[in-house]
Amino acid sequence: MNEVTYQRTAFIAMMVFFIVAPAFIYPVFLMKALCFALFACAFNLLIGFGGLLSFGHAMFLGMAGYAAAYTAKAGVNLTIPFTGMGIFLPPFSTELAILAGVLASTVLGYLAGLLAIRRQGIYFAMVTLALAQMVFFFCVQAPFTGGEDGIQAVPRGRFLGMLDLNQMMNLYWVVLGIFTAGFLLIFRIINSPFGQVLKAIRENEARATSLGYRTDHYKLLAFVLSAGLAGLAGATKAIVFQLASLTDVHWSMSGEVVLMTLLGGLGTIFGPVLGAFIIIAMQNYLAELGAWVTIVQGVIFVVCVLAFRRGIVGELEAWLQRRRRG
Amino acid sequence: MSEIFGVPTQALFGQLLIGLINGSFYALLSLGLAVIFGLLNIINFTHGAQYMMGAFAAYFLAQKLGLGYWWSLILVPLIVGASGIVIERLMISRLYKLDHLYGLLLTFGIALIIQGAFRHQFGSSGLPYAIPKELEGGQNLGFMFLPNYRAWVIVASLAVCIGTWFVIERTKLGAYLRAATENPTLVQAFGVNVPRMITLTYGFGVALAALAGVMAAPIYQVNPLMGADLIIVVFAVVVIGGMGSILGSVLTGFALGVVEGLTKVFFPEASNTVIFVIMAIVLMIRPQGLFGQR
Repeated sequence: MNEVTYQRTAFIAMMVFFIVAPAFIYPVFLMKALCFALFACAFNLLIGFGGLLSFGHAMFLGMAGYAAAYTAKAGVNLTIPFTGMGIFLPPFSTELAILAGVLASTVLGYLAGLLAIRRQGIYFAMVTLALAQMVFFFCVQAPFTGGEDGIQAVPRGRFLGMLDLNQMMNLYWVVLGIFTAGFLLIFRIINSPFGQVLKAIRENEARATSLGYRTDHYKLLAFVLSAGLAGLAGATKAIVFQLASLTDVHWSMSGEVVLMTLLGGLGTIFGPVLGAFIIIAMQNYLAELGAWVTIVQGVIFVVCVLAFRRGIVGELEAWLQRRRRG
Repeated sequence: MSEIFGVPTQALFGQLLIGLINGSFYALLSLGLAVIFGLLNIINFTHGAQYMMGAFAAYFLAQKLGLGYWWSLILVPLIVGASGIVIERLMISRLYKLDHLYGLLLTFGIALIIQGAFRHQFGSSGLPYAIPKELEGGQNLGFMFLPNYRAWVIVASLAVCIGTWFVIERTKLGAYLRAATENPTLVQAFGVNVPRMITLTYGFGVALAALAGVMAAPIYQVNPLMGADLIIVVFAVVVIGGMGSILGSVLTGFALGVVEGLTKVFFPEASNTVIFVIMAIVLMIRPQGLFGQR
């Protein structure tokens, strides 16, 4: 089985699973897992293919969630500069609200990226973590986020004016569609010339520079793309759960996405999806055990780093490769 | 003289004092991080959890063994430092040949385990720890009231920071340490046991965090999550100062504590974020940090 057929087979298997799954798994759980899977894939684009460990990706998930929830629920007062005139935009339709979320996280990603790419390696991780904590405190205080309560009872509305999203299965197909679009976009990015340069930078930044690539531009673009896609996941999640809250901006969420990706396999295409499903399932089953969730997550981190650095999908791929060579 | 810039002096000096106290902890913690980073090249994400363990250890020594604050000040850094040595030997030492990011992920995982375990055992509410008898009360300085314990924390942490600086920059042991930071292979060739030095350095950095925890116990409540948010601020402090120099990280720690305190007086809404904003500005102007080398 060569690389292309392997990926095609795996992709088809994944899609078949998602199409059949709602028949025997609770759709809300699946939608939650799909949102986090997209989030983890977006994160993986940065660490797995750009070698940049962001420890602050919750800011994109959370901010997009707030932006989508706010525009879907309350509408926006737009003031035209210098004229003093204002326009009130009525509450956005679902797809526009999600777009607003993506826009918010993309802009935030551009600003955070400009700062973060000025440092490398461990410092990059610390800078993104600190920036995300700043965004967290901003969200605690800003009036539009609703503080500790968050934005509740966000209307799901109709997708493209036709599909009533209060119907569980309609919502599921839309979420699956968004996930698939995001996943394929990431797949496309990774296999584009841009993705190749990104991998070159990950392997040896100095050499990529000497070949004439402006590595900062590539890193910034990767950061913005990753932020925008993480925002797509966050905005969708806000619509699904009709809620945007501080949980999604907290640093522990940034840690969780690292964990999902690490467990599934850094730099693999399907790893983050699998990792997200495992972690979300674990949280569901262990929910009543409280602090044990944190302990188990910590143990998975330690075990992955010490014994299992390629992650589940990474180990599987390595095993397949060994077998092929015979 | 009861107002400066329209702010009552009592409030101003009160916040300055709180700023200096916070600054003492920033300094102690970022010093520990810098010492560990210098030799191990990893960022110790467990630092916040180890600071919390320090506070808890002091609480237990008092509750179970009846050992007071002064005993804790000596024993707790040893105990928690020893636990750090175990962690280094069992886990961190396996990662030195790998990308440094794995060290960050590993120590983050260890921090989650420790914090989760303490939260499971003690919940998230704080436990009280009394100020030692000798340091109760305070001085009336005329313009403000200075509690003795807080004055002690500032003086003690300054002394520890300067002591650490002296050992690293002015003694033979420190010279070995600095040499090993530059070129571990060569230093090992001279017959110095570098792996043991690395282990002890990690233990020492952890002991500093635990010491900060003991000193923090009477001021803040002893709480399983007391180090979780603090460590992120300390990371920002480290990014601002750069980890190139010991005195630099100490100075940055105190200075940022004071800036944060002043922000509470003049612009309270920003007091949580001011350090992160400063970090952003420093990154724009001097990405390597105020005292960092390229």
